[in-house]
Amino acid sequence: MTRRMRRPATAHDDEALGKAYDARLMRRLLGFMRPHRVAIGWTVVAIIGLSVLQLAPPYLTKVAIDAHITTGELDGLDTLAFLFLGVLVLSYVLEYVQTYTLQVTGQRIIFDLRMRIQEHLQRLDVAFYDRNPVGRLMTRVTTDVDALNDLFASGVVSAFRDIFMLGGIAIVLVVMDWRLAIVALSVLPLIALVTQWFRRNARHSYRQVRGWIARINAFLQENITGMATVQLFRREALHFDRFDAINQGHRDANIASIFYYAVFYPAVEVLGALAIAAIVWFGGGWTLQGTLELGSLVAFVLYSQRFFRPISDLSEKFNLLQAAMASSERIFALLDTPVSIESPTSRTPSDCHHGLPAGPGHIRFEHVWFAYRDDEYVLEDVTFDVAPGQRVGVVGATGAGKTTLINLLMRFYDVNRGRITIDGVDIRERSLTALRSRFGLVLQDGYLFSGTVADNIRLGSDAISDAAVRRAAAAVHADRFIASLPDGFDSPVAERGATFSVGQRQLLSFARALAHQPSVLVLDEATSSIDTDTEQLIQDALRVLMSGRTTIAIAHRLSTVQDMDAILVFHKGRLRETGSHQELLAQRGLYFTLYQLQYRDQEAALAEARWPVS
Amino acid sequence: MSPFAQLVPHVLRFRRQFAVGLLYLVLTTALSLAGPWVLRYAIDDLTAHVTRGKLGLYAGLLLGLALVGGVFRFLVRRIIVGASRDFEYDLRNTFFARVQRLPLAYFHAHRTGDLMSRATNDLNAVRMMVGPAIMYMASTAMMFVVSVALMLSIDPVLTLVALLPLPLVSVTVKTFGSAIYRQSERIQAQLATLSAVVQESLAGVRVVRAYCREAVETERFRRENREYLERNAVLIRLQAFFYPSLAFILGLAGVLVLWLGARHVIEGRITVGQFVAFNAYLVMLSWPMIAFGFVTNLFQRGLAAWKRMLDVMNAEPAMRDRHRVEPSHPIRGRLEFRDLSFAYNGRRVLEGVSARVEPGQILALVGPTGSGKSTLLSLLPRLFDPPPGTVFIDDVDILDLPVSTLRRAIGMVPQEPFLFSDTIAENVLFGVDGDDGDIGRDPARLAHEAMAIARLDKDLAGFPDGADTPVGERGVTLSGGQKQRAALARAIIANPRILLLDDALSAVDAYTEDEILTRLQEVMRGRTSLIVSHRISTVRRADLILVLDHGRVVERGTHDELLAREGMYARLYRKQLLELELEAL
Repeated sequence: MTRRMRRPATAHDDEALGKAYDARLMRRLLGFMRPHRVAIGWTVVAIIGLSVLQLAPPYLTKVAIDAHITTGELDGLDTLAFLFLGVLVLSYVLEYVQTYTLQVTGQRIIFDLRMRIQEHLQRLDVAFYDRNPVGRLMTRVTTDVDALNDLFASGVVSAFRDIFMLGGIAIVLVVMDWRLAIVALSVLPLIALVTQWFRRNARHSYRQVRGWIARINAFLQENITGMATVQLFRREALHFDRFDAINQGHRDANIASIFYYAVFYPAVEVLGALAIAAIVWFGGGWTLQGTLELGSLVAFVLYSQRFFRPISDLSEKFNLLQAAMASSERIFALLDTPVSIESPTSRTPSDCHHGLPAGPGHIRFEHVWFAYRDDEYVLEDVTFDVAPGQRVGVVGATGAGKTTLINLLMRFYDVNRGRITIDGVDIRERSLTALRSRFGLVLQDGYLFSGTVADNIRLGSDAISDAAVRRAAAAVHADRFIASLPDGFDSPVAERGATFSVGQRQLLSFARALAHQPSVLVLDEATSSIDTDTEQLIQDALRVLMSGRTTIAIAHRLSTVQDMDAILVFHKGRLRETGSHQELLAQRGLYFTLYQLQYRDQEAALAEARWPVS
Repeated sequence: MSPFAQLVPHVLRFRRQFAVGLLYLVLTTALSLAGPWVLRYAIDDLTAHVTRGKLGLYAGLLLGLALVGGVFRFLVRRIIVGASRDFEYDLRNTFFARVQRLPLAYFHAHRTGDLMSRATNDLNAVRMMVGPAIMYMASTAMMFVVSVALMLSIDPVLTLVALLPLPLVSVTVKTFGSAIYRQSERIQAQLATLSAVVQESLAGVRVVRAYCREAVETERFRRENREYLERNAVLIRLQAFFYPSLAFILGLAGVLVLWLGARHVIEGRITVGQFVAFNAYLVMLSWPMIAFGFVTNLFQRGLAAWKRMLDVMNAEPAMRDRHRVEPSHPIRGRLEFRDLSFAYNGRRVLEGVSARVEPGQILALVGPTGSGKSTLLSLLPRLFDPPPGTVFIDDVDILDLPVSTLRRAIGMVPQEPFLFSDTIAENVLFGVDGDDGDIGRDPARLAHEAMAIARLDKDLAGFPDGADTPVGERGVTLSGGQKQRAALARAIIANPRILLLDDALSAVDAYTEDEILTRLQEVMRGRTSLIVSHRISTVRRADLILVLDHGRVVERGTHDELLAREGMYARLYRKQLLELELEAL
């Protein structure tokens, strides 16, 4: 199956501002609105009602003037006041319903979109995360989605409302007096011109300002991280001057953009005054002739005040729309990233802890080739067998390709050539979850999640009872330090387990592996230095973990693998030697050299153990 | 000094602009208040059947007022908002200058993103407080006072009735305003939690996949996402009440004016024109009421942001020169550490280190990671300040030397050199055009010589524009070894009396390293070198080797002496020999 290759997003894409309207993106966005169409329908009704209600006050004023004030007729004035009050109350209710329904619906759409992104992120393969820094992906889930929220919540609908108001006012004006309506509306083309002028220039200067902000950020980023270098070479004054130049550019771009705003808003007001002056001149004349009532004249003045506000609002919505389109472009690009490692049949992740394929679990690598990048092979033609119950140690210098074995076995990546089988079945033909749940993986860094200690051992498998959690912890000697924590197994774990030592994190990840009762233990031994007490505990815990279980252990200390059933020696991507500890020593080859290398460490005391390996 | 008091001088620097701007603002407001007044006479005259000529006068007056007002409004925006941009520019420069003086330890303790956000987002919030907020506040206050006065002059009773619901506006703005602010903070906090959940599940992607934790993570995300939605819903409810409430209260005043005002007109207490003008003023009053809440918000945010900026600006700068020695004091390069102990972040890093190096000698430091080698090196150029009386150059305490004199004499190459996104040549020349001004020689030649010593010259052919090729952000387009060699060239170009190499050639292959060291020996004749390295091949030519462990000197001597001792150094040596063998297999 061929898939379209997508260019991975770069940091610069985040700064780009695309076009303000893209029909294809809009259609996809509308798709997210579909489930909420009833709520959206109601808001539209509320908006129409509101627009009508907002047309009422000037009209009621007109009636008050024409029917009561100029005639001196007091009867009916109370009714008019009550009618006015009624309009206010109804507006209040509709406004509340409209704002609440609309915005909450917007948030619900955003909720759905976030879930969709998160679910997709959870399916993407590990290689994707090698290419895309976590920080940028997080921006998709937070900032970009929020920009879309602005579009749903305030942009689209209030623009709709503004347009509706404009139309409503125009109709009322024409109905009241078509001659005066033409007079009042004659300034519209002028307003359109001014708005057009403003929009074009404001957009241009907005981009200029954005460009300068990006430069300020880049400069600060570089100079703060490299401050020691700047200080060492006494370049403070020089770099200050450079910063000053960028800072000035930013200020000047801003001051240039003030000009457009400073012209636009007063211009709209002057045009409004022009409309009113025209109404007074023409309308006043017609009033004098007796062809126009005084109240209508006042109503025209009041309406024209309301007329110009939505227009200046509308032009502000434009920037919002632009930002939202750029965000949705990035979000959809992420959602369209194909998932390259999948189960052959579409199973849901929920079958993770069920449906383990029965079978002894014979693992076999057959002529496996693998490269992370193009032709730089890190594994070349690797073939070996791990029989059920066998314990296999993998050793070799850094860069020999040991960790890659785990990545392939767990299907974090797929092999380039050859295959990996379990009981004769290619692992690519099994469901991912069934495959992975066979293995208990312990990684070097002992990654912990925020939550409690027990959560971290259980890792979401509710099938593991409290007793089982405790048993697992006790078996790997993690119970001692857990007991010393304020709340024992319920003690909170900070993000990434920051409050625990490296050794404690290791013990916890051992307990985690043991609690899940995997049929195969896959172990990437920690390289980091651990104090001798913990080291002893860890070696002990390892023995417990491995007993009676198929084990593939990547060892950095040869002492870990000495009593294993078989040892695989890797060097520069190839499997070079295989055998037991004694056999390999007798060969006097790579293993022998490695052994000598570490022998120095073992004869030395504590301090010696901390020399870097490389 | 209160944060507010510390802000005042920065604002006062632009007092003339602000003063002129406020003056125009007063004029603008006055003009906009005159509009309804004209309208009043126009309508009254209409009921009294005026001439068309007079009508034209009114129309012209309305337009004229708007035009003049528009010009002033234009000036107000340009001057006040412009002044706020000048203020922003000035304050950002001040901020950056302060940041430049902060010690290295400060940058270790604070995240870059955080400092950047203070120089951009926070600064913008402060600007909003100083510029637009002042503008709105002044115009609001004046609009309020004058329109109430005008309304009183038209009809005092009607004014009192109209103002009756207005206290409700302030109460509403205040209660809802602070509730909305608090809820916004809660939403920000929840967004941070939500981000943390994503961050965690993405950073731990291997564990998540290996333990089939995808569904659990999604569920956790759903929970936090739901909470975020609910907190937003609370905010939305507040807002959905807030703005309609304001509109309702203001509308209520309108109803009262219509009901009572109409009676007053009919009773002949006011004219129709006055009634219309009164209504117009009432509409004008609604803006100050709403702006009040808006401006309060700007002030709250601006002040909080300013406090965050002050945290940085009031931080203790790196060092003060004690000026006991003339800046022109020549440095020969005799180094001495006298019983030097140093603690960082409450942790002992160095303990009782003593050593002496004469000009022309090489001192090498070896030891496990974290034994204090790099710290020892970074004390010399005062990236961190040593305790007084422990580090000496030419028998002068380095704390007594002017920092620029000291640093000019030192060339340092860190383990992970920082290159700037400039060309290769510019990065190398970085070493000379600091505060020395004129370098006196052809920079291209100078750079070329330095690159030749660092053996960077043979790589140049591989770059599209040779030495003028940009290196990209942090030098991403260069290999680790190329970066280190560029940094070496940068350090030696200024001819330093003292050269510090902090594991500076670790990414360079052994053969090239040997070439470089041989060339360096030529250059460093009569000068002092301090070399930290893991490679025995590098340190064996040193005049004195110190083996550090846990911040203490555990062995000292020449290569041969140390081998004879059969201690840590000798074990390290044999281990590296084996590694070489392994590499060759």
